Amino acid sequence: MNAAAKITAANLSRRTFKDRFFKGIVFFLSVVTISPIVLIIYKLVAKGYRQISLNFIIKTPPDTFEAMTALSNGELIPGGIANGISGTLLMVVLASVIAIPVGVITGIYLYENPGKPLANLTRNVSDVLQGVPSIVLGLIAYMWIVKPITSGFSALAGSVSLSIMMLPMIVRSTEETLKMIPQTIKEAAMALGVPYYKVILRVLIPTGFSGLLTGILLGISRILGETAPLMLTALGSTIINLDITKPTSAVPLLIWEFYNDPNMVDLIWSSSLLLMAMVLTLNLVSKRIAARTK
Amino acid sequence: MKEDTVNIKDPVLSIRNLSVAYDKGKYAVNDVSADIKRNAVTAIMGPSGCGKSTMLRAINRMHELYENIETKGTLILNGKDITDMPTIQLRRMAGMVFQRPNPFPTMSIYDNVIAGYKLNGIRLKKKERDEIVERSLRDVTLWDEVKDTLHKKGTFLSGGQQQRLCIARALAFDPEVILLDEPTSALDPVATSKIEDLLVKLKENYSILMVTHNMSQAARISDYSMFMYLGELVEYGKTKDMFTNPKDRRTEEYLTGKFG
Repeated sequence: MNAAAKITAANLSRRTFKDRFFKGIVFFLSVVTISPIVLIIYKLVAKGYRQISLNFIIKTPPDTFEAMTALSNGELIPGGIANGISGTLLMVVLASVIAIPVGVITGIYLYENPGKPLANLTRNVSDVLQGVPSIVLGLIAYMWIVKPITSGFSALAGSVSLSIMMLPMIVRSTEETLKMIPQTIKEAAMALGVPYYKVILRVLIPTGFSGLLTGILLGISRILGETAPLMLTALGSTIINLDITKPTSAVPLLIWEFYNDPNMVDLIWSSSLLLMAMVLTLNLVSKRIAARTK
Repeated sequence: MKEDTVNIKDPVLSIRNLSVAYDKGKYAVNDVSADIKRNAVTAIMGPSGCGKSTMLRAINRMHELYENIETKGTLILNGKDITDMPTIQLRRMAGMVFQRPNPFPTMSIYDNVIAGYKLNGIRLKKKERDEIVERSLRDVTLWDEVKDTLHKKGTFLSGGQQQRLCIARALAFDPEVILLDEPTSALDPVATSKIEDLLVKLKENYSILMVTHNMSQAARISDYSMFMYLGELVEYGKTKDMFTNPKDRRTEEYLTGKFG
């Protein structure tokens, strides 16, 4: 019997079945992968959209009694999370101001000195830093800032812990972005007699700008939702606070506070929806930037 | 190396006992001496790894970019030792064009041409800048193709146009010598022949030193040719003489396609 004759009808149908079976599994697992995000967004929108209004963005949260009254009258809970939004923005901006220069400069150093022992050490330490539990970073910021510098919970301490979280992402994305720039671009600038620091500042960074920006945006979206380190550093506040030496609220901190107050439960969903929308927007924007440059 | 093979008066560039080693003691370029003629095209030929690009890059001290590269010997450009010049001055006098077109991707065509001035912080009046850009782009016969799109990114141009833009960027400094490292190896035949015509035209005002992998290109456009093999300058002479009557057996074998 020759080989071709072996492909009998039964044999063929078994192959077809196998093929379909595996296609089915692949399809099913893909659906499993995307379903959490779909379900999360669905749930947040369904439960949270009613609370979203202008007041939600510009007002501070009600006290328990106000919330309880509104609930018993079947009304929406009054007030909003302006203190959380302003606090989050304040701390994210401050954390970025700390982390971006340090991270970008470190990334440039790693790119320029790939084999040096100090560079290898820095790269490894930065990777380890990425794995440090965020609550530990909060603890460190508590020891460094809350106790000795601001003698009390503060936005500054929160920002420092967040900036440490951002740092490794920025270092890595800077190094990877610069690595992707062809060596010939650098040589072209050097061949024009351009001093080294200017080659980096005026040629390499502009060329890799969108890559750097993507890394920074992803870093920001990462820290936007951080709660644990802020509990030990910024603590929270019922008013809009823009003084970096004072306790400050943040959207994720508020979600935690609402969770602990049975009258405020409705606000959890709308706050989470807002936070999710911020993170998602940043992610999509950075994806767009990354795609545009490829 | 037989220096008597070429007798060049008032050379634009004198290379004396140039050696370059990437690893200590392993010479990629070994004791090369040659004079390069003004207002002529000089081609450097040889098989891969013979040190031709390495030699070219020694001339504008590109090797200083990398550690562990050891350069020995003397290079006299226009009567001055290149090691006595600040790199900015040297690289203004010796413009370089690379194998792959490498315009700055973030800059417009206009800014690419003027990049040498801009990046070095040399301030020019707008009129001066416009003049330099137009002159350089006319020199490389790109002006008519791009004059309406000067403020578009240089990377939108075709490969051949990009390479001419890179030549224009080097010409903007009005260099003494233009160093070209296989400038057409990444281009199609039409773009290649444009660049070749351009180089022949440019030698009226500039001295051109070009590394090429392509023997027929050297034969077509160069006045003088060097043949390098394993880091040594095997033969140097008028292109016509070398192609018709090579003195060294290795040159002959290379030219007749026996190796390389």
